[in-house]
Amino acid sequence: MFKRVFHLFNRTQKDLSRKVKEDLGILVFENTSEVIQAENFLKSRGWEIKVMGPPPGIQSGCDLVIQFPLIEKLMLTRQLEEAGLPPLEVVPVTHPLLNPVDLFHTKDFGDYLMVRAANMKITIEKKTKCIVNISGGGCPDVPYLACEMVGRHLNEAPRPGKIGHTLCGYALELAHQEMIRQCS
Amino acid sequence: MLLIVGTVPDETFPLTIGPPALEGADMIINGIRVPVNRGTPALVGAVLAACQVLGQIPVTTALVGDIGTGKGSRKLYEHLSRELSGIAPTTLAFHYLQPDVDWHNKILFAAEEMKKRPVLIADAGFMYAAKMSGQAPNYDLFTPDVGELSFLADETAPHPFYTRGFILHQDNQVPDLIARAYEYKNGARHLLVKGSVDYVVADGEITGRISNPAAEAMEAMGGTGDTLTGLACALIESGKSIPEACRIAARVNRMAGVYANPTPASQVMDIILQIPKALARVLEDPNTDVRLDTKE
Repeated sequence: MFKRVFHLFNRTQKDLSRKVKEDLGILVFENTSEVIQAENFLKSRGWEIKVMGPPPGIQSGCDLVIQFPLIEKLMLTRQLEEAGLPPLEVVPVTHPLLNPVDLFHTKDFGDYLMVRAANMKITIEKKTKCIVNISGGGCPDVPYLACEMVGRHLNEAPRPGKIGHTLCGYALELAHQEMIRQCS
Repeated sequence: MLLIVGTVPDETFPLTIGPPALEGADMIINGIRVPVNRGTPALVGAVLAACQVLGQIPVTTALVGDIGTGKGSRKLYEHLSRELSGIAPTTLAFHYLQPDVDWHNKILFAAEEMKKRPVLIADAGFMYAAKMSGQAPNYDLFTPDVGELSFLADETAPHPFYTRGFILHQDNQVPDLIARAYEYKNGARHLLVKGSVDYVVADGEITGRISNPAAEAMEAMGGTGDTLTGLACALIESGKSIPEACRIAARVNRMAGVYANPTPASQVMDIILQIPKALARVLEDPNTDVRLDTKE
């Protein structure tokens, strides 16, 4: 019995390793805002892609990559180039990639609602849907994003995914999306 | 001299080194006016507010405009790696900077080469780089919030964005996260962990827990962690030991918050304006109960 379980486990591990090595590739971009644009574009076209953290050793200016089925490389990169979003590099996946945080924490302050994603928090006034505060994070686009977004309506503020450049900006994009979802 | 190194969220802001002054809701450096809203200007604002009580401790800033592209941060890193020894700070605080391990290592090397090594404090983006570089134990103080402590506790995460879920779930187990951060050598010599309870940590041991007074709305406000770090920096430069500076800073920041009576829509300047009153009160009586003060 033990041998059978061990064999099954071992086979699963080998299958996973084979899948990682042979089936998946990553698209590397210049910065986070390009990753988000490419993500939106590809998802709108029905591509099954995921935003992930790059493996160690990938030389790029960005800490986010798009994982995709490697077999689709030609068609996918052609579409990105036609859309004016060519990746810097296309690389086969040889190591497990880092998973971005996918946990949201919501806090209700009565008249105000706060959503946190990773290290970023966004707070709105419930009655007006106005963004009243942005906090957390450590990359230099956080104070910039706060300047651009605080005081604006949730649906009219610039999207962190469009004007942010870092992982903190991407985390704020996720928090912003989650806030819109909760308020709709 | 306390040197504060950080960024301003304005791409056109030039690399500027000089002593800051506070005027209303603005900070002025070499004639350039910057709003004190959040980020490094909020930290500087808290330092200058503290100076109204501590007296004129020498403070200089090394700031540059950066909106997240990293261009400004790299320019500042390059300048500091050459000029740091000439500035010769006694306390050196790094704040909102683009995390960059290579530049981090050059700056740390420059600081350690100085004739008299300054007290090294890292917060925000530079703390991320310090952890990623594996050099965390070379710092005297990190000032993470609980989310950033989770990142320090995750030996694999290169940024808080990648902190693994099983660690993030430990929101209420700060002592476990502290132990884990030190187990993997990702803690500075001292930590000031900011949260609903502020923890003061020395060499992995919790030496203080500060939970009163409390203004719950501060959790949502941008910049309240920056003011806490700024207070700790000012108190260290004024001669307090790091643990004592952290304990006083935590209490003052909380008390300033209660004096400001904030809502989640309040802005950090509301807190900064209350710092002189709160600091004077805490220095006069470290065990003072702010709830009595609010009735004044």
